[in-house]
Amino acid sequence: MNTDELVSLLAANAAPVDRHAVSRRLGLALAWGSLGAALLLALAFGVRADLGQMPLVPMFWLKLAFPACLAAAGLVAVARLSRPGMRPGGVWAGLGLPVLLVWLMAGQALVNATPAQRPALVFGTTWASCPFGIALLSVPAFVALFWAMKGLAPTRPALAGAGAGLLAGAVGAFAYAFHCTEMTAPFLAVWYLAGMALPAMAGALLGPRLLRW
Amino acid sequence: MERIPRDSRNADNELRLKKLLLQGLDGDATAYHAFLKELSPYLRGFFRRRLFQWPDEVEDLVQETLLAVHNQRHTYRMDQPLTPWVHAIARYKLMDLLRARMSHEALNDPLDDELEVFGVSDADAADARRDLGRLLARLPDRQRLPIVHVKLEGLSVVEVAQMTGMSESAVKIGVHRGLKALAARIKGSL
Repeated sequence: MNTDELVSLLAANAAPVDRHAVSRRLGLALAWGSLGAALLLALAFGVRADLGQMPLVPMFWLKLAFPACLAAAGLVAVARLSRPGMRPGGVWAGLGLPVLLVWLMAGQALVNATPAQRPALVFGTTWASCPFGIALLSVPAFVALFWAMKGLAPTRPALAGAGAGLLAGAVGAFAYAFHCTEMTAPFLAVWYLAGMALPAMAGALLGPRLLRW
Repeated sequence: MERIPRDSRNADNELRLKKLLLQGLDGDATAYHAFLKELSPYLRGFFRRRLFQWPDEVEDLVQETLLAVHNQRHTYRMDQPLTPWVHAIARYKLMDLLRARMSHEALNDPLDDELEVFGVSDADAADARRDLGRLLARLPDRQRLPIVHVKLEGLSVVEVAQMTGMSESAVKIGVHRGLKALAARIKGSL
């Protein structure tokens, strides 16, 4: 087949394209991933017993806002990374800012505490299981996002995979906050971030292998 | 953010091609045909200068890139300049080829050649070594027939559905998956 023939073949088979194909695909993946995270939460961990009192506690909202902000920035990053030639650009600020804020809050909490209290602030009681709990809850979103990106065109597969992993991690962390009883900023700054970093690293490794087109 | 083109000729090419692509994405088959036809020589010129060690591979890479542009056309954003999008796809396929041929060569990539995509036009199409026609013939019927009928006879989806006994959505899915499978088989034959 010469190139002219290929061109007429392709032009004959060109249906009109949905303008919002990328957002639709990613949005759907995010929805399924969130649903999966919620289901896994109910099955594997259950919500915390005192959830009814949480809406009055500011730290509870921080535990939700932190991953939510990262998820929003992560979604923008993933959408850009799924298109050839689009640089993520200012999204790094969107990702860095929530992290910086939480670290500042953590730093302030540590400074205000006595040296004896600090380890408890950072480690709490569940520091060993928390990151893995978040990583587990991120699996549905991870799978869904990778599926979505396979139908798109990421030209930097490692970065795109990392972005998808981070977004999945943020979904997992958001869900996990409904179970986790740790309420200190230092814990959040270290262990929630670790929990989101795990799927991000997995995404960076799997991206070049799975996201080819 | 708009890039200021170093060469106004590149800018004219970009504008003309972008207009054709946008019309094509809306469903104008003639405009889309013109877009792909005009794109080919630019891709050829771009690759010829970068594949001076393997001139026989150029036409295959042009075809593979056209197929990729077609299969991924839903990832083009209207407010995005066309040049970076095409360049990213071309470069991605070029890197795949270089990776397959010689892992060392892939590291030597000129950084600032993005705006050159629409710079050199090479209309002299060599024969492709890899025969896409043969790869197409090896697709399963449910993918190959819709593609071939729509192209050969210019039939609509409804007419192809009646002729082959497939449902209309099966015809559309057959075309979509068939062209993706074709792209995957090219990678397999590298």
